[in-house]
Amino acid sequence: MNIGYIILIPLIPLVVFLVLGIFNQKIKPSVSGYVGVFGLLVSAALSLYAAYQYFFVFGKTDGFYQTFSEKTVWMNFTEILHIDMGILVDPISVMMLVVVSVVSLMVHIYSRGYMKGDDGYTKFFAFLSLFTFSMYGLVLATNLFQIYIFWELVGVSSYLLIGYYYTKTTAIAAAKKAFIVTRFADFGFLIGILIIGYYTGTFDFETLNNPEGSAILNWAVTSFMGLSVITWALILIFIGGAGKSAMFPFHIWLPDAMEGPTPVSALIHAATMVVAGIFLVARLFPMFYFVENGFALNIVAYVGAFSALFAAIIAITQNDIKRVLAFSTMSQLGYMMLALGVSGYEGHDGVGYMASMFHLFTHAMFKALLFLGAGSVIHAVHSNFLKDMGGLRKYMPITNITFLIAALAISGVPPFAGFWSKDEILVAAYDQNKLIYYIGVFVAGLTAFYMFRIYFGIFWGKEKYYEHKPKESPLSMTFPLMVLAFLSITAGFIPFSEFISADKAGFEAHLNYPLAAIATLVGVMGIMLAWVFYKKESSLSDRYANALGPFYKWASDKFYFDEIYMFITKKILFKRVSEPIAKFDRNYVDGTMVGIGNKTVLTSEKIKGLQSGKVQDYAFAFIAGAVIIGLVFIYLLTS
Amino acid sequence: MIEGITIYEILTLTTILFFIGVYGFLTRRNLISILISVEMILNASVVNFVIINKYLYPDELQGVLFSIFIIAVAAAETALAVAIIINLYRQISSVEVKDTEVMKY
Repeated sequence: MNIGYIILIPLIPLVVFLVLGIFNQKIKPSVSGYVGVFGLLVSAALSLYAAYQYFFVFGKTDGFYQTFSEKTVWMNFTEILHIDMGILVDPISVMMLVVVSVVSLMVHIYSRGYMKGDDGYTKFFAFLSLFTFSMYGLVLATNLFQIYIFWELVGVSSYLLIGYYYTKTTAIAAAKKAFIVTRFADFGFLIGILIIGYYTGTFDFETLNNPEGSAILNWAVTSFMGLSVITWALILIFIGGAGKSAMFPFHIWLPDAMEGPTPVSALIHAATMVVAGIFLVARLFPMFYFVENGFALNIVAYVGAFSALFAAIIAITQNDIKRVLAFSTMSQLGYMMLALGVSGYEGHDGVGYMASMFHLFTHAMFKALLFLGAGSVIHAVHSNFLKDMGGLRKYMPITNITFLIAALAISGVPPFAGFWSKDEILVAAYDQNKLIYYIGVFVAGLTAFYMFRIYFGIFWGKEKYYEHKPKESPLSMTFPLMVLAFLSITAGFIPFSEFISADKAGFEAHLNYPLAAIATLVGVMGIMLAWVFYKKESSLSDRYANALGPFYKWASDKFYFDEIYMFITKKILFKRVSEPIAKFDRNYVDGTMVGIGNKTVLTSEKIKGLQSGKVQDYAFAFIAGAVIIGLVFIYLLTS
Repeated sequence: MIEGITIYEILTLTTILFFIGVYGFLTRRNLISILISVEMILNASVVNFVIINKYLYPDELQGVLFSIFIIAVAAAETALAVAIIINLYRQISSVEVKDTEVMKY
């Protein structure tokens, strides 16, 4: 059970990043694409090998999946409190390795076609490798500080890639927005980490997550405002996770992040980086579950459920296909959060935890597929907007089929991947919290509806006028589509619950037929509704939109959350707080210093006439002074 | 110890020499003359060192050594001053004190 080679998995993309970054100008684009793909190929192969080794060969002893780690002390604070660097191998980190490497590999291959002829081709691959390295580091982190470091690194790479088209002002604004909003949330994360470090004396996941460990048993020792400090820390950490995972109210950056190239959206803003928040909660799940009887976990559940509903409603009204997918991502992330929130710990109670990870896995596959399919369409028609598309199924058969598979998967139609994971989530919610269950079912219907709205809008309906006749994308782009489509069909059949569960023992999950039937029925209803509305170009949808009136307008303007944030920052924070402080600083603090300087200059200007420039005047003054001091000493100070 | 001459007489002499130097320093118009006056002030103090050493501590030599030290420093200082004056002359073609006022602030 040598796990040393796992360190290579993150290091290979790092080396690729350094090579492509340093020799940016010297490497020909045709070579750099191969370098990027090859590096990822090796690390994906290693990830799959590691997963096979862990799950089937050495991982399970005494009925439990063991946690292996190798680490070295990086920074010492006190005798007991230190920050380590290392790798942690347990079921979820191995699963994440597989997700990250598969999606990243597909996106790398796809980018070779999609970014062809772009000026920053090599740079693009360098950034992709940097991101992949950071994400691997994040999932393998052994302690809170290490995860925080990589957490910021993925934030930076996301910033770089959103702002990839740096000549576009909207892209720059979106990159800044993404960075600032997530950074703002990460502030909570950092405070949470520090609180945990102060009160438990460790950052290490293995120590923190031990259900019999002191961190969990002693949660009630110190309290603050009626809650345990550990609960506060967990809530703050969840805020950090919510920022990365675009949970309400930190969701505003995700739709704008679609300004980046489409492969980036597929990799970062659908499959991997945005699930970091879910991964973080899952990573600390025992703490969330045991501390204060899961108070923080309840917050997770409600925030997740609300985000799922909120985003699904907005998604229906958007006309930019990438934005629809962005809100859909947010909604599905809400699903994962709520699944974690309603999960128990032992045996079959932990179905929510397992379902969340399962959904993370399947969602990564079909959402990456949706984005890459959308990218293929955008590549063909040179527009993001639904109104410029229609009837494309004749021109792009492979994109059509694969997009349909992904849409069916996300809508929860059996036997596609999304059906299985969504069903587990609904089972978990049904057992714990009926309100969240109903929200989940409703969102499932909405998901099917908006997804088939854009599917019919793109591939069916009336053919639009195209400047160039759209044609199917090259093989480098369709090959990843086909691989991901295959995974979207088959990923659901993996017996996930045997590998991943909250207590790491594994259990056997059964399909709950009534619940599965309800969810499927709702999904199919959503699809039928979309069929009626959007299969043929008709005014039906417009009439309903008009009938809904202001509500439709609110939703299509994203419930004015951007405007609210703008109002709060610009009108209240900048105008009422920052500006007076800036004024005070400029006028009083700076003013005092500048005044002292000016006064000195003025005074010296006035007294400089005393210097005559005549040597003898100076000498006289000197001698007279000496005489006076002499007299003083002789007659006054001696008695 | 010099027969028939007390320390007070010699100190009076050096004081007179000192103040002649001071007077010359303050009243001369020519930089070279001022330099000569400075030398007189220095010489007065050198004589003081030697005399005080001779009369008060006849067995010691510090005062005499110190006077040699002062003479060396004075020579260096004179060389420097003359160099400055020559440079000044090249600039303003004058060694008069009143013409050096151009150097003020």
